[in-house]
Amino acid sequence: MNLDFETDVTEIDAQLLELRAVADPDSSTKSRIAEFEKQRDAKLKALYADLTPWQTVQVARHPERPMLRDFIAGLTTEFIELHGDRLFGDDQGIIGGFATLKNQQRFMILGHQKGKNFDDNLRCNFGMARPEGYRKAMRLMKLAEKYALPVVSFIDTPGAFPGADAEERGQAEAIARNMMDMAVLKTPIVVIITGEGGSGGAIGIGVGDVILMLQYAVYSVISPEGCASILWRDGSKAAEAANALKITAPSLKQLKVIDEIIPEPPGGAHRDYPAIMLTVGNALAKTLKNLTGISTGKLVSRRYDKFAAMGRAR
Amino acid sequence: MGWFSRKKKQEQPPAVAKEDVWVVCPGCKAHVYREEWEKNLKTCDRCSFHERLTSAERVAMLLDPKSYTELNPRLTFSDPLKFVDAKGSYADKAAETSAKTGLKEAVITGIGRLSGRKIVLAVMDFRFMGGSLASGTGEKIRLAAEAALHYRYPFVMVAASGGARMHEGIVSLMQMPKTCAAIARLRDARLPYISVMTDPTTGGVSASFAMVGDVHIAEPRALIGFAGRRVIEETIKQKLPEDFQTAEYLLAHGFVDMIVPRPKLRDTLHQILAYRRT
Repeated sequence: MNLDFETDVTEIDAQLLELRAVADPDSSTKSRIAEFEKQRDAKLKALYADLTPWQTVQVARHPERPMLRDFIAGLTTEFIELHGDRLFGDDQGIIGGFATLKNQQRFMILGHQKGKNFDDNLRCNFGMARPEGYRKAMRLMKLAEKYALPVVSFIDTPGAFPGADAEERGQAEAIARNMMDMAVLKTPIVVIITGEGGSGGAIGIGVGDVILMLQYAVYSVISPEGCASILWRDGSKAAEAANALKITAPSLKQLKVIDEIIPEPPGGAHRDYPAIMLTVGNALAKTLKNLTGISTGKLVSRRYDKFAAMGRAR
Repeated sequence: MGWFSRKKKQEQPPAVAKEDVWVVCPGCKAHVYREEWEKNLKTCDRCSFHERLTSAERVAMLLDPKSYTELNPRLTFSDPLKFVDAKGSYADKAAETSAKTGLKEAVITGIGRLSGRKIVLAVMDFRFMGGSLASGTGEKIRLAAEAALHYRYPFVMVAASGGARMHEGIVSLMQMPKTCAAIARLRDARLPYISVMTDPTTGGVSASFAMVGDVHIAEPRALIGFAGRRVIEETIKQKLPEDFQTAEYLLAHGFVDMIVPRPKLRDTLHQILAYRRT
């Protein structure tokens, strides 16, 4: 599926589809296919070299974008899923468990899970977790602390679920407690924002020692639509709000909210799963290696200093 | 001169304006003597309506006279995004709010005595951009917690906020983990941290430092919750009950320890803090 701003690519794709449908392509057809493919790649590269923040939001929300279960399949040799918060239920908006990277590094993986189709999305609530999701995440993190395993937290959510049941069970308390406990968790935490970093729903599992972010992911205090409807009094001004909110990886790196940008293939992660798995796998392996051997005391005090420095007074 | 254009007889202002004597309770519309209203700390003893207080009024009602020293009084907002919306720049808006209210940020912090006991106190002020949490707010709260840690005083927070301040974008969001990390330090040091939630305590403030207290005290009928009522109603396509996200609702669901009418707040804090043995 191409996005609205990719019309040029869509046109070439249509021609490619036609050409590829030719039953017995002669050499001129073959060379035309090659020519179109080249054109298409060049177009994508040019387009993605200069995405606007609002276009980046579209890419970050792309339904084919790799989601946590895709990353688990692409990055790990083993995944033992753990279920439930031991208090209420087993939220599917946040999942997690023991995992082993291809380089044998063992860790606790957890994060938001979005769905690729409607049924999936009903199950995982479009990646919008409820309090039991945040509490399950914290249970897994405490277990990681006990086993001296590093935690890797994958962030991809429109936000914490704004539902009556979530309020009733203490959405605010669940998110607040997670941040407080993550701040002092005695094991390394790597956070990786892979798609949408939606406000409290994101930071509720987003406190860490190293914050990585995919090139076309976004991270924001409020959705551009929400901000536009409040400050512009017009939800359709989302593109303007997206600009103003500085939600793209380069802006966040400049603001020192994230540490490292993980490059995506031209046209976005959804166009090349093997490529993005390789890059993310390498980045994770390197980051985890850098965090081993640091005493937990030092780790926790560095984590405090990291967040204390964000928005420090002039 | 025609009858219609004849000047109306000038109404003589009464010797004492009505507003000086009476307050009409916004909750039950009853007329209450202003003196009584003030004595009850701007609450109605008929319907238990609690008017929102300024941070200065809150400090005056909680701390012993002349015991308060403000911490970081000059610490103010910053504009990390150079934010401009449809109505203009954030820098202008914040400066204007600051000039109008005399506040530098949406929270004031300081050290003082509550019934003789030294405490660190942070009080949010809804008048400064809806009491919103942003870099200056978060930093002042963190530094107040650090002061509590340094002096080993209890830390009392009085929250009043609509949530994170959009104009500082992601930097506002990062004040949630920042403040929670500071509160975690108090926990590790076994220092009391009491959270008082007043009307309103919502969004990113309810989902951070306000909700991780040792004891949670709420003022009667205060609005406390994470997501906005309208957003929830749009999400679930249902009307929410009247008492949804009130202090009473949170008490019933186990997220606050007690609802304390404002005239009893200081004594309640004093009683609770007396249980500290660390």
